Amino acid sequence: MSFINYASREINCKIVYYGPGLCGKTTNLQHIYQKTAPEAKGKMISLATETERTLFFDFLPLALGEIRGFKTRFHLYTVPGQVFYDASRKLILKGVDGVVFVADSQEERMDANVESLDNLRTNLTEQGYELDRLPYVVQYNKRDLPNIVTIEELRRELNPTGVPDFEACATIGDGVFETLKAVAKLILIDLKKGNQ
Amino acid sequence: MSTPQMVMYDEEFQEINEVIQRLLKEANAKVVFLVDKNGQLISGVGETERFDTTSLASLTAGNIAATGGLAKLIGEKEFSILFHEGEKDNLHISIVGGRVILVVLFDKHSSLGLVRLRVKKSSEELSAIFDKLLKKAEDREKRGVSDFPFAEITDDDIDNLFS
Repeated sequence: MSFINYASREINCKIVYYGPGLCGKTTNLQHIYQKTAPEAKGKMISLATETERTLFFDFLPLALGEIRGFKTRFHLYTVPGQVFYDASRKLILKGVDGVVFVADSQEERMDANVESLDNLRTNLTEQGYELDRLPYVVQYNKRDLPNIVTIEELRRELNPTGVPDFEACATIGDGVFETLKAVAKLILIDLKKGNQ
Repeated sequence: MSTPQMVMYDEEFQEINEVIQRLLKEANAKVVFLVDKNGQLISGVGETERFDTTSLASLTAGNIAATGGLAKLIGEKEFSILFHEGEKDNLHISIVGGRVILVVLFDKHSSLGLVRLRVKKSSEELSAIFDKLLKKAEDREKRGVSDFPFAEITDDDIDNLFS
């Protein structure tokens, strides 16, 4: 649920990065944080354990610029990927405007990808959303590793509806901004449609 | 969508600011914030420049969401007031009208009792303003009035954001 403030002429939207544990959601945000000009970003907050596993969420506010005199801000969140943090994941999905599903391309993580995607659908439904009606993109991360599944198979398993999808290597930043741009664009198009 | 879009207009924004400005003074607080439940800052008064307001809004909403989750687990609807006591500064967080979060930051120049008392009064006023706002948005939607700034955006406008 975006927040439109006519008084301060701002539009705020919430993007959630979802995916199995250790797939690279936080790495995506870290790369965006590092590569964004200081005036366009706020502080990145990570609520993580001592071993740097996300405990509750990561948060990164981005100000992208103005559209028709309105400041456009995106609030980026990640969820904790580990299976047992499901209660936290549900909370973070509240008020979401767009979702990025980050998949781990390694063969041994395929089951975790599928499980996490099912979990995403279930949790969205509980909040009264439908994944197929939300601005939604998929990122196949870790394309630089040796034991990876082919793009065709990843698509078949994780993107049967054919939403925009991107290959990425978040540690060096490949595909990170392409993914963000795609989901932001879908959100803005959705906002435009919703008010016609 | 499950929840209607949150929209803020000039008139209500002024009214809200008047209420929280008065609360700031009467409760002898340092800062007063209003945040929506999704973590977006609605408004803030007082020494706001000393704080990272965006992060504060996001963490407050996370906090309310987490305690809300706890409440449900033990069979409560929600915990409507949270209080965090620090060495110098304290946070009083409360839910207004079931949909927005009021945050009051205060130090030894005030007290929990005073803050609670003033927050209670202000909450009623804020609640009424948010009801009005919701009704206004619904009315506009029914009448098909749209002053929505994005209705005419083009692909170029969107692409320009990322250039």
